[in-house]
Amino acid sequence: MKQSLFETRHKAEWERFALALERLEHGKDTAQVSAFPKAYRRLCQHLALAQERGYSSFLIDSLQQQVLRGHQQLYRHRSRLGAQIISFILADFPRLVREEWRFVVVASLLFFGSLIGFAVLVYLFPQLIYNLIPAEQVREMQGMYDPVAGHLGRSAERAASEDWVMFGYYVMHNIGIAFQTFASGLLMGVGSGFFLLYNGMIIGAVAGHLSEIGFGQTFWSFVIGHGSFELTAIALAGAAGLKLGWALIAPGRLTRGEALRLAAQKSVLLVCGVMLFLLIAAFIEAYWSSKTSVAPLTKYTVGAALWLAVAVYLLLAGRTHHAPE
Amino acid sequence: MLEPTAPPRKAPLDTRHQVETPEGIDLPLRPAGLMVRAVAFAIDLGIRGLILGVLFIALAFLGKLGMGLGSLLLFAISWWYMVLFEVLRQGRSPGKQWLGLRVVHDDGTPIGWSASLLRNLLRVVDLLPFGYCLGAISCLQYPTFKRLGDIAAGTLVVYSERPLSRPQLPEAEPRRCPVALTLSEQRAVLGFAERQAELSPARVNELAALLAQPLHISAPKAVSELNGIARGLLGPTP
Repeated sequence: MKQSLFETRHKAEWERFALALERLEHGKDTAQVSAFPKAYRRLCQHLALAQERGYSSFLIDSLQQQVLRGHQQLYRHRSRLGAQIISFILADFPRLVREEWRFVVVASLLFFGSLIGFAVLVYLFPQLIYNLIPAEQVREMQGMYDPVAGHLGRSAERAASEDWVMFGYYVMHNIGIAFQTFASGLLMGVGSGFFLLYNGMIIGAVAGHLSEIGFGQTFWSFVIGHGSFELTAIALAGAAGLKLGWALIAPGRLTRGEALRLAAQKSVLLVCGVMLFLLIAAFIEAYWSSKTSVAPLTKYTVGAALWLAVAVYLLLAGRTHHAPE
Repeated sequence: MLEPTAPPRKAPLDTRHQVETPEGIDLPLRPAGLMVRAVAFAIDLGIRGLILGVLFIALAFLGKLGMGLGSLLLFAISWWYMVLFEVLRQGRSPGKQWLGLRVVHDDGTPIGWSASLLRNLLRVVDLLPFGYCLGAISCLQYPTFKRLGDIAAGTLVVYSERPLSRPQLPEAEPRRCPVALTLSEQRAVLGFAERQAELSPARVNELAALLAQPLHISAPKAVSELNGIARGLLGPTP
């Protein structure tokens, strides 16, 4: 068949398809959507025919464009956001954490190990703090947790609007650190390892120092509540980063690129969970931990309960299998 | 002895990335290179700076509440600007739209939440050690110009397709080709006729003269003869 005959025969069909495409792309009236897959496949057939018969580049290119646009409309990676979010929170996230327990254990050892290690070291050798943290920041830190001053955290007993300020600050600062810890895992895991050790060191050194100079009560009662979510989240972000790095170091039977892609798909889910944890942590930190009217004992009790809740959630949630929603 | 059923496809010389659809059609995607992507990023950076500047000035009047909102906004815009635009606007942030780029999955489908989040989170690593060094190196050595975030997320930055306008074939008497043409030769002759308006007359003559001998047509009239063959291949125009 000559090209011009082919064109005149199918022209009307192609124009209809172009109109349908236009509508779909602008998300307008999608009433004729049921006919779309068939029309799309017919267009694919026309393209194959045109290529096979050696028709001109203009015809083939324009058919190819139409097919490409049709392909974009017809094929999507499945996503049902609402149901997915709920099932992610209730089951998938803790399951994933347990599935990746090796990385989680390594990251936790690095982070909490360095935290506790430096806390003990600084407690025993008080001078050490000045080697780890600049003296100016140490003084600032002391000012914040001074029991005589009668306020906690970064500012005095605050108005509601100031809780907002701190909420915003905590969200940004903490999620920023978590993202950094995760993303630097791409450097063969070295970056994640470094940030885990480094953050553990800073937090541990501050904790050890403040306990040693007798500000322990104000400090520990302040951090125990949100620490459960915040510290766990940093460790999990590190685990996600280590997973990326490990995929590069030991890709198994896949190419490094492919192994990285597969690892990244899981890691990004971990990071979503981390963001959730940090949001909760920031909320607790801004609205609960900073309250000075609450007795320290209550804070310790609530804090212990929160730590227990995090552990129970990560270890037990999603153990039973439901039918798919 | 087994005969191959089809000749093995030769890798094209250009940078096209072929995606095979379930219908058995090969779709060519044109990945965008480093420079054009850098310009798109610079535009996005400028827009973000502008938005933040305006918002901070507005929020400064709100005092402490404004500061809290401001830091939330800074977080949202610096981490989520690209993600939201890419997912909600068919893979185009304003800078990419300006330069006619879009982000798609490796298989040509529109980018989704997880891939977009991943490629934009890993931007931090591409930035290392300064000014997108790692990203640029990865982009330059990867066949489809991927930065590290793209490799991990399985995404591709490609040129959006532009509408084509129908080329005018030069007037000529339709005629039959004296020798049998293969499909690719047939397309080459049609391509010659379709692209003639874009070429200088000297170049047209030069190209046609190359074909005069193998096609057994007279060299001085090679251009009009070739146009005639193209017309003949195309068939009568309505």
